[in-house]
Order: sequence, then structure tokens, then C-alpha cells
Amino acid sequence: MSEDLSGLDTFPKLLAHHAQVRGARPAIREKDLGIWQTHTWGDVAREVRRIACGLAALGFRRGDHLAVIGDNRPRMYWAVCATQALGGIPVPMYQDAVATEMAYPIQNAEIGFAVVEDQEQVDKLLEILPQCPSLKRIFYDESRGMRHYTQEQLMEYEKLTALGDEYDKAHPDFYPAEVAKGSGADTAGMFFTSGTTSHPKGVVLTHAALIDRALAAAKMEGLDETDEVLAYLPPAWIGQNIFSYAQPFVTGYCICCPESSETVMSDMREIGPTYYFAPPRVLEAMLTQVSIRMEDASALKRGLYGYFMAVAGRVGGAILDGKPVGGFDRLMYALGDLVMYGPLRNVLGMSRVHVAYTAGEAIGPDLFRFYRSIGINLKQLYGSTETSVFVCIQPDGQVKADTVGPAVAGVELKFTPQRELLIRSPGLFKEYYKNPQATAEAKDAEGWFHTGDAGFVDPDGHLKIIDRVKDVGTLNDGTLFAPKYLENKLKFFPYIKEAVAFGQDRDKACAFINLDAEAVGNWAEKRNLSYSGYTDLASQDAVYDLIRECVEKVNADLALEPEIAGSQIHRFLILHKEMDADDGELTRTRKVRRGYIGEKYATLVAALYDGRSSVHVEAQVRYEDGRTGSISADLKICDAKTSSPQAAKRAA
Amino acid sequence: MSQTRNVGDVILNVENVSLAFGGVKAITEVSFDVREHEIRAIIGPNGAGKSSMLNVINGVYHPQQGSITFKGLTRSDVDSHEAAKQGIARTFQNIALFKGMTVLDNIMTGRNLKMRCNFLQQALWIGPARREEMEHRRQVEEVIDFLEIQHIRKTPVGRLPYGLQKRVELARALAAEPEMLLLDEPMAGMNVEEKQDMCRFVLDVNDHFGTTIVLIEHDMGVVMDISDRVVVLEYGRKIADGTPDEVRGNQKVIDAYLGVAH
Repeated sequence: MSEDLSGLDTFPKLLAHHAQVRGARPAIREKDLGIWQTHTWGDVAREVRRIACGLAALGFRRGDHLAVIGDNRPRMYWAVCATQALGGIPVPMYQDAVATEMAYPIQNAEIGFAVVEDQEQVDKLLEILPQCPSLKRIFYDESRGMRHYTQEQLMEYEKLTALGDEYDKAHPDFYPAEVAKGSGADTAGMFFTSGTTSHPKGVVLTHAALIDRALAAAKMEGLDETDEVLAYLPPAWIGQNIFSYAQPFVTGYCICCPESSETVMSDMREIGPTYYFAPPRVLEAMLTQVSIRMEDASALKRGLYGYFMAVAGRVGGAILDGKPVGGFDRLMYALGDLVMYGPLRNVLGMSRVHVAYTAGEAIGPDLFRFYRSIGINLKQLYGSTETSVFVCIQPDGQVKADTVGPAVAGVELKFTPQRELLIRSPGLFKEYYKNPQATAEAKDAEGWFHTGDAGFVDPDGHLKIIDRVKDVGTLNDGTLFAPKYLENKLKFFPYIKEAVAFGQDRDKACAFINLDAEAVGNWAEKRNLSYSGYTDLASQDAVYDLIRECVEKVNADLALEPEIAGSQIHRFLILHKEMDADDGELTRTRKVRRGYIGEKYATLVAALYDGRSSVHVEAQVRYEDGRTGSISADLKICDAKTSSPQAAKRAA
Repeated sequence: MSQTRNVGDVILNVENVSLAFGGVKAITEVSFDVREHEIRAIIGPNGAGKSSMLNVINGVYHPQQGSITFKGLTRSDVDSHEAAKQGIARTFQNIALFKGMTVLDNIMTGRNLKMRCNFLQQALWIGPARREEMEHRRQVEEVIDFLEIQHIRKTPVGRLPYGLQKRVELARALAAEPEMLLLDEPMAGMNVEEKQDMCRFVLDVNDHFGTTIVLIEHDMGVVMDISDRVVVLEYGRKIADGTPDEVRGNQKVIDAYLGVAH
């Protein structure tokens, strides 16, 4: 990281720099037809130039917006850079969004051009074309199934680059001149935040903000051109943009695009990334896989696993943090590394990982410690789209399960009396696009960004987030009620995938539970419980007993914390369907939309509080092809024992 | 490799074919034709002789009477490996894959006829055999990509769910780069979503590779949606032949499926 990047204030300029300094080093890999194909920085610079010239030939001007919709594909990332080179603004959109969700951003930003991955995305854009008159051109990467499309807006990627070559030949000075015109204050991209309320907002980020944050974190972790990253999360999410676009552009490392979303695990094993990001749910899914496979292993292997995981649980984290550990434990850990942790890291594709992050949701302490104990340097970070991600990162050796670490260089934190976290940082967003009112609400005159998160800084200077400020409420008797805190505690059980807690302005707290179909299914199989599907599984008495135990454990846990002991969960029910973003119950980043769920299942919530032991429900579901159907079921409601603080203490 | 789909001349002509097993007449004097690049369905109630008809076309059964003309070559009798060499590939009603082998290996067997090297060269994996295998592997990967089964490439077939096994079987047939593909109930036993996927793949194969497709299917919705022309058999005889609309309105077909009041 000793490279001099001064004067390189935009991504296209950084690209030109890498093409010159490390033109033959890998920049991006893609698994195509079963073989990893590598594109060097030199290749990338050439391709970006072709796309940029092609866009210019078709009338793309400075300040125009271009939608990028698709999975992690090299051409999608190149289109982003080409747009920036022309002084345009790339707008990445979630590739799994339904067509109607795409209409608003396109109308809002008056997007005229779109680069999309395949027929699926083209179909969606054509569907909303009548509502989006601004959309003039759609370029597609994958031509499969596209032969019979005759719409004049459509053009193949190859055609675009061919046009670019012609244009470049006729105007050889055009591209370098356009790149030189750019400056750090220009907009580098616009990211629509998942709208938990009303329309999504377009967050405008400048080159300067993104480059500053990408560099600050890269310096802190010592990233360089030899690092490799697997790009497997949606590119429209700011984090993916940072890890697979901004950071490689400042450090020159290589990103790898998996073959398809189903092959991520095996692709990860093949690549062996050195720098890794995963939201808690991904880490959890991997651990569940490991646990399930261990349960089916031979007695000897199970025994070894049990023994060495206990050793790792005792000393693994301390060894990773460089703290003193006794000689015998060290020896056993080294032995465990040989027979258990090493092979396990290899199976997970994490043999080479030197920095791994998790963020987005609170991570279960057991889950977090599991990864650290087997020698993976998993750390937490805090940030959002508005802050170009990096606000807080846990430094090596100072990692705790329940905080997100101290502020990264350049960031200032402070709190309002309501415990709301305010942030000032060079990475802050410029504005919400065409929404001065929302901008003014979020960012005050002195440049403090109001996060909406409630939290505090602990004695070691680490930030701890409890919940959203607006969600922290009280029960009728005045007890503090932090729904997300309860939900997270519930979700830390492997059998519970999602939970929704209710209690605001009510006498007591109650909850909806979503089962983890895989874990509970396996559990049921082991007990010879037969079931026909999720709905059936969710209504079994044995499953209710299983979940009740979990809820009661949470209650016992809560009883130990005096401020929130009063918000123990009195009653719960297991929902008859898995909550899904397509039904509006989760956001695209899979956060529960508590308010919406409360309205949609108002009868269920009422039943939780009126003492009934069962309730009939009918719910609309949306299939992946857009059709709707309905599921009806009789749901049981179960009471859970609550604990008194004294009893909990005795038990503990 | 992509060509524009354009229904062309007759590629297969079945003329006056009769097939009997001892005293049981499976097919009686059936004639129909299949044009290049079209999707042709054969339907009929159980025991109508549909699978027997496919078996006659690719040479598993030898008809007692009548002739088959494929790409201008008339024959009354042909062995199935010769049919395969001429460019006919098929899938089976009961999946016929090698359960213990991986998806990749299963699909590689579809390239068997295209392999030039002898047994010894392949066993030692020397020079030409190696180059050849790489080329075949590339072709197979194209098929894997096309049918979107990358994630199960290395999985033994026996561990896959039924719907995916069907897709692997289609992949193996496609790997032979056939001119004509015979599909024996490709959607049997599938749920709605799997059926939709399979329909899309059948249409894509037909569209992208220009492969002529003859399929047997019980799901009338599927047949009427994707086929260009339909032959209807009942008790081994042809009772109707034409576009889906013509067949749908044919009284004999309605009677065959719904029964007649006596």
C-alpha cells in the first residue's frame, strides 16, 4: 500500500494507472464453461474504453444515468467504469427485484441507458417500458434466448463494443480527454436503499467519498494486489460495490465471479479468497451445513470433532488475538489445526482468508466465536450506503462478539440524547437524489449524518448498536422494549430462521417465529416425524415444544438483564409460511419489515394478545414467476414460561 | 452453432408401419412425417403404442411392415447404434442414467460416438486422446451451461432429485449433437415449476440448436403449448394428425380421451 495514488481522484483514472503499473496482473476472473477465465488490468482498461466509446457513439452524455442490472459479471463491472469514464452515473439495481420495483428508480433518475445481464432482466425492463419513456437503450450481455426480440431499444453487448471500436478509431483522443475531465467531486454512483418505508431513496456517492473509505480500510487491513475476493453478493448492494469495485480499484487486487449463484460454495473452494465478506445468514448457513454433515459422520469423527471444537472454543479465539495461552492448550490446538480446523477451513474455502468481515445484522455470539476459534480472522464492521460502508471496524486483536469496533481513521461519532448515532466522515453521501427534504433530515448543516441507529460507545471505545431509534419503544408499564434485540436472541438458535417481536404499547411482548426449514427438517427426520412441507412441519406439536424451549431459554437470558427483563416473550406462534421478500415481508437484504408484517397479519397479532389457543389464517403468496396464490392454515398459539430475575440467577 | 429456426422439409417419414409382438399388435399401419426443426408430439391413451413408435424410429424395435425414411435414407430395419450415428438421440420414460457416475461423466457418455481414439489410447490418456477429451469436455460444458446444471456437475446422479435427473438425461442426449431428439415423457412426474423449466429447455433446444424434436407427453397443456403438430394414436392406430388446434377439436380424439357413451 505504499503506492502513490495522488491525483488519481476517479475510478477511471485509477484503472488507467493499474493498466500501466500492473497491466499483466489479474483484475477479474470469471468461471465460464467450467474453467476460470482471467482478465488482466490491461484487458479491463481496453474493454472499458470500448464500452465507453460505444455509449458515446449512441449519444450518452456527461451527467446521464445508466442502470446496471445483473449478477456479478465482469461486463457489468466494466459498464460501471465506462459510465464513470464518460462522467455519467451508474445506477446498480438488484437483479432479483421484480419489474415493478425497477420502475421507480428508472423514472426517478430518468435513466436512458441500461446494461443488463440476460433475457430475464430484458423481459423485466420491457414490461415496464411503457411507464419508463426515458429508457432508450438496453444492452444485454448474454444473448441466449434473445434471437426473436425485435424491439428497437435492444442491442447486444458485442454490437455496443464494435460501435465503440469504430468511434474510438474516428475519435482517438476522445476517451482520454473524457477521463481527464472527471474529478473526485463528481458522482461515482447512485445506490437505491431498500425502502422499508415508501419509495427507495437514491443515495448519491462521489468518487472522493468511495475512494477515501476504500483506501482507509485497505490501509488498515494491509490489502494489496495479491489479494483475491469472491464477488457473490448482489452488486447493487453498496458493500459488494466496495469489496469488488472500489477496493480492487485502489489496491489492484483481483475479484472472482462465480459460475452461478448455486455454485458459490464450490467456486469459493477453488479460488480460496484471501479477503472475504459474508452477512451473518451466510455464515450461519455454512455452519448449519457443517453441523448437519457432522451429525451423519462416523462415531470416531464425531468424537474428534466434539473434542477439538471444545479445545478451539476454549483457546482458539485467544490464540488468534495473540493472548497468552498455556503450553498444553497450545499443543492440543496445533494438533487440532492439523486434523480438524485446517481441513474444515479448507472445506469452507477459507484456507487463505486473512481478513473476513461480517455485517448487516447482529451476529450470534456462538456463530461468531465458532469461526474465530477455528482460526478465521472474522471481524465485525459497521456502516451503511450513506457512509460508503466503513465507519467502524474491529482491529486485529481487539475483537468482541457484541460490538462493531472503534471508528475507522477519519470518522467522528457522537450521540443525541435519544442515543441516536451521528456520523461525520469523508465517506458520507452527497445527497438523496432529487429529495432535498430527506437529505436535510438525514444530514444536518454541520455535516453530521443521522443514522437512525441507537447505540453507545463502550469503555474500550467500541461502538455498540442496540436497535433502530424509532423501534426502541416501551411496553405499557414503561419497560424498555427493543424488538430487534429480542429477535436476534431468538435467531441465534439454529432452528429459528426469522422472528418478529411485538410489544410496543402493549402489556407484554409476543413473537412470530419462522422455522429454519433445513435444521428443523433434519431434526424431525432424526425423530421419524413425517411431514409434507413447511406448513405441515410448522404446525406439529413436537416442533412447537422445540421452539418453546428456545423461547424459554431466551426469557431466562433476558431475566438476567435488569433493563429489559420485563420484555420477556409471553406467547408465540410459528408462521405457516416462510417470510419472503417477494411477499414484502422482508427487504431485499432480508431484514424483517415489522410494521408491514404487523398489518398483514393483524388477526394473528390480535390472537396473540386475546388468549386464544389457535387462529385461522389465509395469506397471499407471490410465486417467483409473479403469479399469486393463497395458503390457509390453522395456527396454534403457544404460551411460554417467563423467568424471574432471581430464578434465572439461581439457574445460572 | 445457432441457426434460425425455420420449419423446413420432411426429415423423417414413417410409412405404413406395423409392429406386433406375437399376437399383440402394438402399431398398425401408422404413417406420419416430421419436418426439420419442428416440435412434433405423439399423444394417446395408455398402451396406444407411443413408446413403441419411438422405439421403432430409433431402431430398438424392428417393424414387421412399413418403412422409415430419415434424411432421405429409407430403411425397413435399422440397429439403434446406426440410428444414433445418423443423428437421432433420445431420453427414456424411466430414467436410464448411470446412477453411480457424476453428472459430468454421464453427459460425457453422450459423446461416445464422436470419440475417434481407440481404447488403448484412451486408457493411457496419451497425446491425441487427451486433446480429444478436452474438446469433448468443452462441448459438454456448453451443454451444462445451456441447461443450467453447473452446480451439480460433480454430483453422482443417484443423489439428485427426479426433475434434475430428467434434465441430466436431456443433457446427455444433447451432448451427442443430434439432429433429431426423441423425448419419452420428459415431464412425467414433475411438479408445475419443474415442468415449466423443462418446457423452456425443450423450446430453447429447438430454437438455439435447431434440433428437430419428437416428444411423447401426457400433459395436454404442455403438448398444446409447445408442439407445432400432433399425432394421436389409439390402440396402435393413428386417429388424428395436425396442429394442436385441429387435434383439440377432433371428435375421435375427444372420444379416445373421454370415452364414448355406449
